[in-house]
Amino acid sequence: MKVLVPVKRVLDYNLKVRVKADGTGVDLSNLKMSMNPFDEIAVEEAVRMKEGGGGHPAGTATEVVAISIGPEQAQETIRTALAMGADRGILVKAEGEVEPLAVAKLLKAIVDAEQPGLVILGKQAIDDDSNQVGQMLAALLDWPQATFASKIVVAGGKINVTREIDGGLQTLSLETPAIVTTDLRLNEPRYASLPNIMKAKKKPIDAKTPADLGVDVAPRLTVVKVADPPKRQGGAKVKTVQDLVAGLKAAGVI
Amino acid sequence: MAVLVVAEHDNASLKDATHKVVTAARAMSGDVDVLVAGENAAAVAQAAAKIAGVRKVLHADGAALAKQMAEPLEALITPLMANYDGVLFPATTTGKNAAPRVAAKLDVMQVSGVIGVESADTFVRPIYAGNAILTVKSAEAKKVLTVQPTAFKTAGDGGAASVEQVAAPAGPFKSAFLSDEIVKLDRPELTAAKRVVSGGRAMGSADEFHRVIEPLADKLGAAVGASRAAVDAGYAPNDYQVGQTGKVVAPELYVAIGISGAIQHLAGMKDSKVIVAINKDEEAPIFQIADFGLVADYKAAVPELMAELEKAGI
Ligand SMILES: Cc1cc2nc3c(=O)[nH]c(=O)nc-3n(C[C@H](O)[C@H](O)[C@H](O)COP(=O)(O)OP(=O)(O)OC[C@H]3O[C@@H](n4cnc5c(N)ncnc54)[C@H](O)[C@@H]3O)c2cc1C
Ligand SMILES: Nc1ncnc2c1ncn2[C@@H]1O[C@H](COP(=O)(O)O)[C@@H](O)[C@H]1O
Repeated sequence: MKVLVPVKRVLDYNLKVRVKADGTGVDLSNLKMSMNPFDEIAVEEAVRMKEGGGGHPAGTATEVVAISIGPEQAQETIRTALAMGADRGILVKAEGEVEPLAVAKLLKAIVDAEQPGLVILGKQAIDDDSNQVGQMLAALLDWPQATFASKIVVAGGKINVTREIDGGLQTLSLETPAIVTTDLRLNEPRYASLPNIMKAKKKPIDAKTPADLGVDVAPRLTVVKVADPPKRQGGAKVKTVQDLVAGLKAAGVI
Repeated sequence: MAVLVVAEHDNASLKDATHKVVTAARAMSGDVDVLVAGENAAAVAQAAAKIAGVRKVLHADGAALAKQMAEPLEALITPLMANYDGVLFPATTTGKNAAPRVAAKLDVMQVSGVIGVESADTFVRPIYAGNAILTVKSAEAKKVLTVQPTAFKTAGDGGAASVEQVAAPAGPFKSAFLSDEIVKLDRPELTAAKRVVSGGRAMGSADEFHRVIEPLADKLGAAVGASRAAVDAGYAPNDYQVGQTGKVVAPELYVAIGISGAIQHLAGMKDSKVIVAINKDEEAPIFQIADFGLVADYKAAVPELMAELEKAGI
C-alpha cells in the first residue's frame, strides 16, 4: 500500500507570532519555520508502516511520499520528511496563503495520479488552526475518513482507527483507500539522524505548480484584519493560601 | 437568508453548546433552524424546539446517525443546504469532523472556530493558538462555520418551534463504527463547567492526579482538566486536555496546578474570568495571565487550600 503524507511548513511551535502593525497579517520574517507537529506524527506513522514498528509489520506501507504545498522553502519541510524515512517528495509551488479547500483540491489531483491506499494528514495546522484539509480531501475523493487518530491498525484490507473524541475514544473501521488525520498521542516522532539527513539529500523531489494540477488556488476568503488578542490583566500574586481564598471570595467566584 | 445549526447531543440529551451556537446563528439571520441528527433522539428534538429564537427543528432519525459519523452527517446535510445560506456546527469533535466534509461538497471555504459574528458574512476567529485574531469576510454562496461555543452566550428556552421529520441517509457508507469508550463523568462537563481545576506534569503519576486534583475539583463543584503533558503521561484521559489542540474552556474560575503555561495551553483557557495558578517556579509563564498566582509547592498548598475552603464553609 502506497501512503501519502502532506506536510505543511509552519512557524515553529515554540515561537510566538507578531501581528503586523498595519493589521494585514502576521510577521514571519526571519523566524524559524518547521514541519507542522501533527504532520511529523503523520510521517512517523507512515515510516513505521514501512519499516515495521508501532504495531505495524514491515511492508504495511510499500512507499511513503511526502507532499508540501508552499513556497520554494517548503522543500526543506519535505527534506525533513525524507530524512525521517519517506521515499520521495512532491512540492507544489505556491506563494502566499493557500486555503484548506485549495490544498485539498491540489492533494486530490495528486491522489488521482498516485493512487495511494492511505493518506495520513495532521489534524490541524498550528498556524491557521483550520482543522479542515483531511476531511475536505476525503469528501472530494468520496473516501472514508477517521480524524484525530490515536491508534491505527491495518488488517484484512481494512484500516481500524481509534479516535480521540470529546467524550473519550471511538474506534472505526474504514474501507481502503482512506483518509486518516493524526492526534498528538498517535506516536512520538523520531529525530532524523545525521546519516539519514545526508541520505535524504539524494532522494527525489518532484516540483509541480497548481496550474500543472489544474487547480485554481485564488483565496475565497478576504482578510479584513489581523489583530493582537485582547490583553489580559494578569500577573498579580498572593503570598498565602488565606489571601488566595479571601481574594476568590472578594471576586465572587467561590 | 436562513441558517441551520447542527445540534450537539448524545441521543439522550441536548448539549448547551447548541444553545450557544444558536446565539451565533441569530447574529447572522432571523431564520434559524436546528438539525437534530441521531438515533432515537426524539427527546433531543423536543428540547431543541424550546430554544428561544428557533424557527423550526429538523429531526433525522436512523441507525446510520447513531454515532454522528462524518459520512452520514455529510450525506444528510449537503442536500438540506438547498434551503439554507449557512450551516453552523459547534467546534466539538463531532462538528470539526463533519463540517469540512460538507464545505468541500458545497465547494466553499469553511471558517473554523468562530468566536465572533460581525455580520452575516464577516467572522472573527483565533489563529496561531489565539496569539492573533483574524477577521475574515466570506463571499461564499453558502457559509459553513464551526463555532467556538464558549465565545457565545447561551440562548435561553421559551421557544416553541415545530419539529419536522427529515429522512436519514441510507448509505452504504465506507466507514463503520466498531466500539467506543466513553468516560463516565460524575462531574460537570469540562467545556460547560463554571469552574475547572486542571493538573499538569507536576502531578507525576495518575494516582497523584486523582489524589490531588479530583478532591479539590469536587470541593469546588468543578470539572477536571489537564495539560497535554499530564494526558500524554497517562495521568488523565485524553478528553481532559485543555488547549489549542484540546478543549477550549472559559469558566468563571480556572485553577491551574503544576502547569507551566505554554502558549498551547493558554489558548484553551485564557478567556476564563478568574485564573488561579499554583506553581513552585515563580518564573512560570502561567503567572503572567493569572489573577491570583501562588508560588508554592502544590503538595503543601493544595491540602492547605482544601482546609481553608472548608473553613470558609465551602
Ligand atoms: C502541536 C502541539 C500542540 C499542543 N497542544 C497542547 C494543548 O492543547 N494543551 C496543552 O496543555 N499543551 C499542548 N501542547 C504542549 C505544550 O507545548 C506544553 O508542552 C504542555 O502544555 C506542558 O504541560 P505542563 O505545563 O503540564 O508541563 P511542564 O511545562 O513540564 O510544567 C510543569 C510545571 O509544574 C511545575 N511544578 C513542578 N513541580 C511542582 C510542585 N511540586 N508544585 C508546584 N508546581 C510544580 C513546574 O514549575 C512547571 O512549571 C502542545 C504542543 C504541541 C507541539
Ligand atoms: N500547504 C500545505 N501543504 C501540505 N499539507 C498541508 C498544507 N496545508 C495543510 N496541509 C495538511 O492538512 C492538515 C490540516 O491542515 P489545516 O486544515 O490547514 O488545519 C495539515 O496537518 C497537513 O497535513
